[in-house]
Amino acid sequence: MFGYLLKRLIQMALVLWVVSVIVFMMMSFTGDPVFMVVPIDATDAEIAQARRLLGLDQSLLVQYWKFVTSLLQGDFGRSYVFRQPAMTLILERMPATVEMVLVAMVLAVVIAIPLGVYAGANPNSRLSRTIMASSLLGISLPGFWVGMVLIYLFAVHWGVFPSSGRGDTVELLGMRTSLLTSDGWHHIALPAITLSLGTMAILLRMTRAGMMEVSRQDYMKFARAKGVTKRDVLYKHGLKNSLIPVVTIFGLQLGDLIAFATITETIFSWPGMGKLLIDSIYRADRPVIVVYLMLVALIFVVINFLVDLVYTLIDPRITLK
Amino acid sequence: MQDGVENPLLAVRNLRTYFHTFSGTVRAVNDVSFEIGEGEVMGLVGESGGGKSVVGFSILGLIDSPGKIEGGEILLGGRDLVTAGEDHLRKVRGREISMIFQDPMTSLNPLHTVGRQMDEVLRLHSDLDASARHKACIEMLESVGISHAAERLKAYPHQFSGGMRQRVVIAIALLAGPRLIIADEPTTALDVTIQSQILKLMRRQIASKGASMILITHDLAVVSEMADHITVLYCGNVVERGRTRDLIETPAHPYTRGLIDSIPDTTERLDRLSQIPGSVPDIRNLPAGCNFRDRCPRAQALCAEKEPVLTPQHGSLMAACHFPLKPGDRA
Amino acid sequence: MSGFLSSEFFHNYKRSSSAVIGSALMAFFAFAVIAGPFLVSQNPYDIASLDLMDSYKPPVWLQGGDPRFWLGTDGQGRDVWASILYGARISVFIGLVAMIASCVIGTFLGLVAGFYGGLVDSIIMRIADIQLSFPSILIALFLMSAVGTGVDKVLIALTAVGWVVYARTVRGSTLSEIKKEYVQAAKVAGLPNHKIIRKHVLPNVLTPLIVIATIQVGTFVLIEASLSFLGVGVPITQPSLGLLIKNGFDVLFSGLWWTSVFPGFAIMMLVFGINLFGDFLRDELNPRLK
Repeated sequence: MFGYLLKRLIQMALVLWVVSVIVFMMMSFTGDPVFMVVPIDATDAEIAQARRLLGLDQSLLVQYWKFVTSLLQGDFGRSYVFRQPAMTLILERMPATVEMVLVAMVLAVVIAIPLGVYAGANPNSRLSRTIMASSLLGISLPGFWVGMVLIYLFAVHWGVFPSSGRGDTVELLGMRTSLLTSDGWHHIALPAITLSLGTMAILLRMTRAGMMEVSRQDYMKFARAKGVTKRDVLYKHGLKNSLIPVVTIFGLQLGDLIAFATITETIFSWPGMGKLLIDSIYRADRPVIVVYLMLVALIFVVINFLVDLVYTLIDPRITLK
Repeated sequence: MQDGVENPLLAVRNLRTYFHTFSGTVRAVNDVSFEIGEGEVMGLVGESGGGKSVVGFSILGLIDSPGKIEGGEILLGGRDLVTAGEDHLRKVRGREISMIFQDPMTSLNPLHTVGRQMDEVLRLHSDLDASARHKACIEMLESVGISHAAERLKAYPHQFSGGMRQRVVIAIALLAGPRLIIADEPTTALDVTIQSQILKLMRRQIASKGASMILITHDLAVVSEMADHITVLYCGNVVERGRTRDLIETPAHPYTRGLIDSIPDTTERLDRLSQIPGSVPDIRNLPAGCNFRDRCPRAQALCAEKEPVLTPQHGSLMAACHFPLKPGDRA
Repeated sequence: MSGFLSSEFFHNYKRSSSAVIGSALMAFFAFAVIAGPFLVSQNPYDIASLDLMDSYKPPVWLQGGDPRFWLGTDGQGRDVWASILYGARISVFIGLVAMIASCVIGTFLGLVAGFYGGLVDSIIMRIADIQLSFPSILIALFLMSAVGTGVDKVLIALTAVGWVVYARTVRGSTLSEIKKEYVQAAKVAGLPNHKIIRKHVLPNVLTPLIVIATIQVGTFVLIEASLSFLGVGVPITQPSLGLLIKNGFDVLFSGLWWTSVFPGFAIMMLVFGINLFGDFLRDELNPRLK
C-alpha cells in the first residue's frame, strides 16, 4: 500500500514537472512580458532595468530554475494587471468556480444515472429511444451557445433568472459561498444548468452502455435462474457492475467541467477562476495564466488519483499495484 | 424409459423455440419431447450449437428476444410452464428446478461475496432466519468439498479457482432442495483432471437428495457414465432416445453411432480418429428431408424427400431414421 | 453497388431513423458548404456589398423583417443566412483537415509504438496518457493563447489534441495483431513490416478508425467554435460559426437574438447529424454486438 502511494506520488510529481516545463516554454517563447510592465514611453535604459528586475535577462535554464523554485514556494509572481500576487487572485476566485462545478456535477449525476439505468435496462422502449436521442443532442450542443439561449429566454425575455454575477454571498470557513442564500441559488441556476448538460449527456450514455453490457453477462441470467425478480437482478446485481465504467470517466468529466467552466463563467460573468483565465489571456497577464495552469494541472492529477482509489473500493478484483 | 411412464416429474411435449434474426429464423428447438421420472438422470446430447442449452433455458422460461417459445408444453407437477406467468416461474426457478451453467468464471457476480450469492437463494425460497441460512450455506459448501467454509463465504468469486467456483455453483443449485437440476455442460470449461471430480460430486449429491437431472453435454463418454437414459438432439430435433445401455451399445440412429465412434478408445491403437464427416448444416437453411442425410453413410433417395419421425426400435430405443441400425450392424 | 444495397448494412441503415436523419443532415451541410456561397447573393465578407441601412433586421417572419434576409442581419448589414453558409465552410474545413491530420499522425505513431515497442512505445504512450488526463479544450485553449489566432494555428492545436485517440487504438490493434500466429509466421518467412501493416493490421483497425474519425469531426467543430467564441480561434477576417456567435453575444442583451442563435443552431445540427450517423456506424461496425 505504501509502495503504491509512493509510486503514484512520484508519477504525479513527474507529470506536474512535465507540465511546468511545457508551460514555461510556451510562456517564454510568446511575446516579451517586459512591455506589460513598463509604461509606453519607457526609455531603453528603463526597459533594460525592468528586464533585470523581472529576471528576463538571464539564460532560459536559470529562468526556469527560478520559476520552479518559486513555484514550489507558492510564489507565482504578481499579476501584471492587478499588481497583486497571482496566487491570491486565483485562490480568491476558486470557491466560485468550485461551487458552480459541484452543482453542475450533482445535477448531471442525479439526472443522468437513473435515466441511463432505465435506458440500458429497457433499450427498446420508446422512452429509452427518446432519452438516447436527447443525450446525443446533448453532446452535440455548443455549451456557450446553450448558455446564451438560456440567458436570452430566462433573463432577457422572461426575466426570471439573472444573467450574470454571483448574487449574495455569505462567508463560510474563510471563503465566500453563494450556496447559502436564495439569491445565490438564483444566480447559480443558469450557469450550473448550462455547464451540466454536456456531462449529463455523456454520463447518461456511459451508464446506458454499461447497463446494456452488464445485462448480457452470464451472472445476470444465473441470478434469474435462481428465481430473482427481473427488477432485483437489474438493481442488485447489475447496477454496481454497470457503474464501473462510469466511475472511470467520472474524473475526466470533472476535469471537463472545470475546463468548460472557463467558457460558462465568461458568458455569465461569473467571478470564478475560469473567467480570470480568459481575461488574463486577453491581457497577456502571464503570471496569472501560469498559476491557473499549474493549479489546474495539480487538481487534475489529484482527481485521477482519487478516481483510481475509488475504483479499487468498488471492484474487489482490482488491487493497488 | 418409454413414453407413457406414470407420473413423470417433468414432461416436455413438442417444444418449439425459435429465434427470429435478420438472416432468417433459427429453429433452435424444433418439436422436442421427452420425460423424466423422479430420481432419474437424462443425458441431453448433441453437437455444439445444436439447441441443447436452449432446451434448458426454455424449461426455466429464460429465453430472451429475439428468441421465443413458439409452441409445446412443459409440464411440471401438472402445470404447464410455457403458459404459466412470470410469478409462477420465479417460484419454480431455484426451488423446484435449478440450473448449473457452463462457465463458472462468468456465472457468479464478481462484486458479491460467495456467501451473499448463496444466501440469496435461501432468502428467496425458504423461511429460514439469517443464522439458519448461514448454517445451511456452510453445510452445503462443505458437502460440495470446500473446506474452511465459514471463511470462504466471505470471499469473492475471483478468489476461487475454476473448479472451486463450479462447486459453489453446484452448491447454489442444490441449496433450496430442487427436484430437478439442469446441468448445462457443467464440466466443459474445466480442466480434464477436475472434470471427473465434479461429476462424481454431482452424482453423489443428486443420489443423496433423490433429485433428477438433465445433463446437457456434447460428451457421450460423460453421459454414458452418469445418465439413466439419453436423448440425442441434432439440429433442433430429437433423432434418438432410450435407455443408456441400449443407446450406447446398440444405437439405432447413424448419428448416435457416429458420436459413439468418435470417442477415442484408449484400449485400442488407432491410426486415425474416427469422425463424422462434414459439419453441422446452417440451421437457418436446413435441407429438405432428414437433416442428417448429407453426413450419413446410410443415406438413400428417400432420405432427401421425407423427414423421418421417431419410431420405436429395438430395446428401449426410439429413433427418427428411415434406415436405422439394427443390433449387430456395422455403420 | 447492388451488393451493397442488399447488404445487412444497408438494411439496418434504412431501418435506423438515426442513421437516415444523421446522414441527411450531413448531406445537407456538405451541400451547403460546397454550393452554398454560390446560392446566396451577398458575400458577407465583401465590405462593398454591405449596406449599413440593412443592419439589425430581424428574421423575415417577425415585424420589421426583410424578405431579402430571411434570417435577419447583423450590425454591419450582413445577411445571417449567408454568414452561416460562409462560416460553416470554415468550420467544416477545419474539422475535416484537423481530423485527417490527427488520423495520419496518430495512426503513424500508434504503428511505431506497437511495432517497435520498448522505449519508443513507452515515450509515446506516456505523452498520450498525460495528454489524456487533461481536457482537450484546455490544452487547445492554452496552445492558442500562446501562438495566437489563425486558421493554421487552430489546425495545429486541434491536431495536437486529436492524435492521441488514433495512436492508442492503432497501437492496441497492432499489438494484438503481431501476437497472432499467422503474423508471426509471416514475419519468420521474411515478410517486411510495411506489408504486415497493410495486410493485417490496417484492415482490422479500419472500422474503429472510421467511427472515431467521423465523430471527431463533430468534436473538432465544437472545440473550434468554443475557441473562436473566446476570441482565440480563427481571425475576424475568416469568421467561423463560433465567431459569429461571439459577435452576436454582445447584442444579445438588447434583444437582438437572431445573430447568435441561428449560427449556434447550425453548429448544433451539424454536429448532431455527425453524431447520429457516427452512432449508427459504431453499432453497425462493432463485431461484438453481432
